[in-house]
Amino acid sequence: MRVGVITFPGSLDDVDAQRAVRYADGEAVPLWHGDHDLKGVDAVVVPGGFSYGDYLRCGAIARFAPVMQEVIEAANKGMPVLGICNGFQILAEAHLLPGALTRNHKLHFVCRDQWLAVENNTTAWTTRYDRNAEILVPLKSGEGGYQADEDTLKELEDNGRVVFRYVGDNPNGSRNNIAGITNARGNVVGLMPHPEHAIDALTGPTDDGLGMFLSLLDTVVKA
Amino acid sequence: MIDTVKNAEATPDQEQPYKELGLKDDEYARIKEILKRRPTDAELAMYSVMWSEHCSYKSSKVHLKYFGDTTTDEMRGKMLAGIGENAGVVDVGDGWAVTFKVESHNHPSYVEPYQGAATGVGGIVRDILAMGARPLAVMDPLRFGRPDAEDTKRVLPGIVAGVGGYGNCLGLPNIGGEVVFDESYQGNPLVNALCVGAMRVEDLHLAHASGTGNKVILYGARTGLDGIGGVSVLASETFDDTAGKRKKLPSVQVGDPFTEKVLIECSLELFEKGLVAGIQDLGGAGLSCATSELASAGDSGMHVRLDRVPLRATGMTPAEILSSESQERMCAVVEPANVEAFMEVCAKWDVIATEIGEVTEGDRLVITYHDEVVVDVPPRTVAHEGPVYHRPIQRPADQDELQANTPDSLPRPGRDELLALVKTMAASPNLASKKWVTQQYDRYVRGGTVLAQPSDSGMIRIDEETGRGVALSTDCNGRYTLLDPYEGAKLALAEAYRNVAATGATPVAVTNCLNFGSPEDPAVMWQFEQAVKGLADGCAELGIPVTGGNVSFYNQTGSTAILPTPVVGVLGVIDDVRRRIPTGIGAEAGETLLLLGETHDEFGGSEWAHHVHGHLGGRPPKVDLAREKLLGEILVAGSRDGMVSAAHDLSEGGLAQALVETCLIGEVGARVFPEGDLFTSLFSESAGRVLVAVPRTEEQRFTDMCTARRLPWRKIGVVDPESNALEVQGLGELPLDELREAWEGTLPALFD
Repeated sequence: MRVGVITFPGSLDDVDAQRAVRYADGEAVPLWHGDHDLKGVDAVVVPGGFSYGDYLRCGAIARFAPVMQEVIEAANKGMPVLGICNGFQILAEAHLLPGALTRNHKLHFVCRDQWLAVENNTTAWTTRYDRNAEILVPLKSGEGGYQADEDTLKELEDNGRVVFRYVGDNPNGSRNNIAGITNARGNVVGLMPHPEHAIDALTGPTDDGLGMFLSLLDTVVKA
Repeated sequence: MIDTVKNAEATPDQEQPYKELGLKDDEYARIKEILKRRPTDAELAMYSVMWSEHCSYKSSKVHLKYFGDTTTDEMRGKMLAGIGENAGVVDVGDGWAVTFKVESHNHPSYVEPYQGAATGVGGIVRDILAMGARPLAVMDPLRFGRPDAEDTKRVLPGIVAGVGGYGNCLGLPNIGGEVVFDESYQGNPLVNALCVGAMRVEDLHLAHASGTGNKVILYGARTGLDGIGGVSVLASETFDDTAGKRKKLPSVQVGDPFTEKVLIECSLELFEKGLVAGIQDLGGAGLSCATSELASAGDSGMHVRLDRVPLRATGMTPAEILSSESQERMCAVVEPANVEAFMEVCAKWDVIATEIGEVTEGDRLVITYHDEVVVDVPPRTVAHEGPVYHRPIQRPADQDELQANTPDSLPRPGRDELLALVKTMAASPNLASKKWVTQQYDRYVRGGTVLAQPSDSGMIRIDEETGRGVALSTDCNGRYTLLDPYEGAKLALAEAYRNVAATGATPVAVTNCLNFGSPEDPAVMWQFEQAVKGLADGCAELGIPVTGGNVSFYNQTGSTAILPTPVVGVLGVIDDVRRRIPTGIGAEAGETLLLLGETHDEFGGSEWAHHVHGHLGGRPPKVDLAREKLLGEILVAGSRDGMVSAAHDLSEGGLAQALVETCLIGEVGARVFPEGDLFTSLFSESAGRVLVAVPRTEEQRFTDMCTARRLPWRKIGVVDPESNALEVQGLGELPLDELREAWEGTLPALFD
């Protein structure tokens, strides 16, 4: 399994995403923002950080990076794509996922260990979880409030496209406590919390996040 | 008109605003003597900022020498670079070198809390980068005025947001620090920033190197008018007519963490490809500092062309370009053959890089502006041969009175009030949970964080293969230091040392950030001298060297100085982070709680005296460093042999607070049975004590080891996973929910 991990200027969790891929026995392939090249990978992770400083609007510039044009094309053909935190923001800006991420409702950056319910275990990235399983992974973001219009929310809810939901008090004001969603096809998933920081209880709160990368392994092997 | 050297020679009697720039008459005279003429505006700007207290250490130098005098060869054994470098470097084994340092950014953070704190983080990170290391983590010891004061509500949230905003965007985990409240910091908060980085031992050669013909390359952000500070006096003289309209940007610099992140990655790629012969970060004093330091580090001269410096403002004078403290800039010395490759790496990262000069024969630093010479100086006179002061020292007249005013006569609580006091103390601002602050900091980025707040120390894994890592703690109790600066500094060292050992790491090196009042006050200089001696003597006793540090003077409001605050940072090494000792209990079924060390009736400078009585007097707790060393060895041995499942150092708030925290962090109850006078047992702040949890199966082996090595220990309780309460035998129990509400509720109530 070869998994591309994009590095934009300002990407921070790219090394963590690469490590998570390795922990799932995959090969992590670094992808550079300025290249029109996915290097033949089986899947792509768009990692967390502050791409280009995020001074305009989170992810607003990164979506125009040359490598993202390739990602959009591949995703539309069914390649598994995972956006974590800033990566989720970028996928939303790129219209691979609906809605937008806005400033946390209490206006502070929040870093905490967060319980999530896995509500959809049929996406390319979540098959290793039981449906409604609760997992504990870090959440760390200043603009993680998920917003979408009523029609979009209904569409997401009615079709099981809410993949992760916050358990307990809502950390950032997300509509319907939404932490992560998928596209209609189930190959593109975006979430604000960080599964790549929960692959080893030594350095994370748990190893609950590893399941996402192992799920991908299953998806790629089956394909 | 630009003030050139020629012009200066032609106009020897021109008045210069040296006083406004902070230079004394004799200092100005000395500059003239060095140059054998009056300085140009640009030279005056350079000397004034490089000879300032902040850059030249002119009041502290004679005292700081004591650190070197007390460091033995044995202590130096693992030190690869020490005081005088950008940051100290220590060999930590497996071929790894670790570099760490703390610096202050106090005054800017009071003026502009967010940017002051943010650029404090940025500055210390570049210091670590300039040693050739990858920065790995940051920590922030912070001190504020009264928690309920109106101004604290302005200063604290801004500073915390600035530390977080910069560090989070830069991508470095924040793994610890301090948040302390005391009225003395009301008009003068302390913002200290620590960074730790690592590199392979063989890669430590970057700081030096010169060679005639080598190119000087400035890379990173453009140079602007921010952070010009005092040098604006020169600007307004030069541009009389337009001074009102132009510039006047804030004297506090503005940070851009994104640019710094890119600068780090770009620099590390440059190091890795061997393209850098010498490197210096641009921090305080900007190009003045970087060029004079680089030039004096080598054995040759340097020529810099200021007109080549990429600017972000128009019409900047040479003095302004030299003094600008615009952030996120580095200066490299590069061999001519490598310049092209250097530029290619910078282009890849979209980092602006400009050849601004070269290393020359001779021993002069010559700076030109459009081919006219504006600076021509011996660089060492700027960077290293500034004035040295022997400031008057006087033990304060009221020191005896302060020490005589012991807490012995303060009314103590009755037995039936003790349980309530445990909760009251847990909710006091200094002891309360600092989660409101630390949850604004990313502690996970880069995946190496093994321990972070609220653990006793932060711990970072350096080597993913071997599991080798380092632990760091910073500590200082300014009340102790006020009561006895010599002992207080030793106590700060003892606590940081103990905190590191409590996580299973072996302490190996020390850094410091000495925050004091005005050096012109003989009483402050006495505190300073005593604290330096205490810290140095303490280090000698523990056998670990001070590898670097920082002095911040003039921390006072009017004539009232802050509590003397020598923040001490201790670095420890752990060969495998998997054997770290956590702070919370309950990780293993059936644990016994042991108290290591001895408890005496010691309440001078205590949190109880402060919070309950607003009292500060007497003597601080006694410190026994031989005991601290033994305690450390026992903890490391306990960790190595898997005998200790949790450990928490006893400090402010005593045993009661340690119990509250270890239960709440571990989310499990405990039953304890303290002996003797219960008030003393629960709240005394005697040093040299650690609360440990040992699995019942290891209890005998562990206590035998303590007894054999003559470390006093006492069984004081058991972990009780069923109880969900902290029960103190004979007094009753405190439900954990109630304790958590008390401990975690204070800061949100004050600052949300």
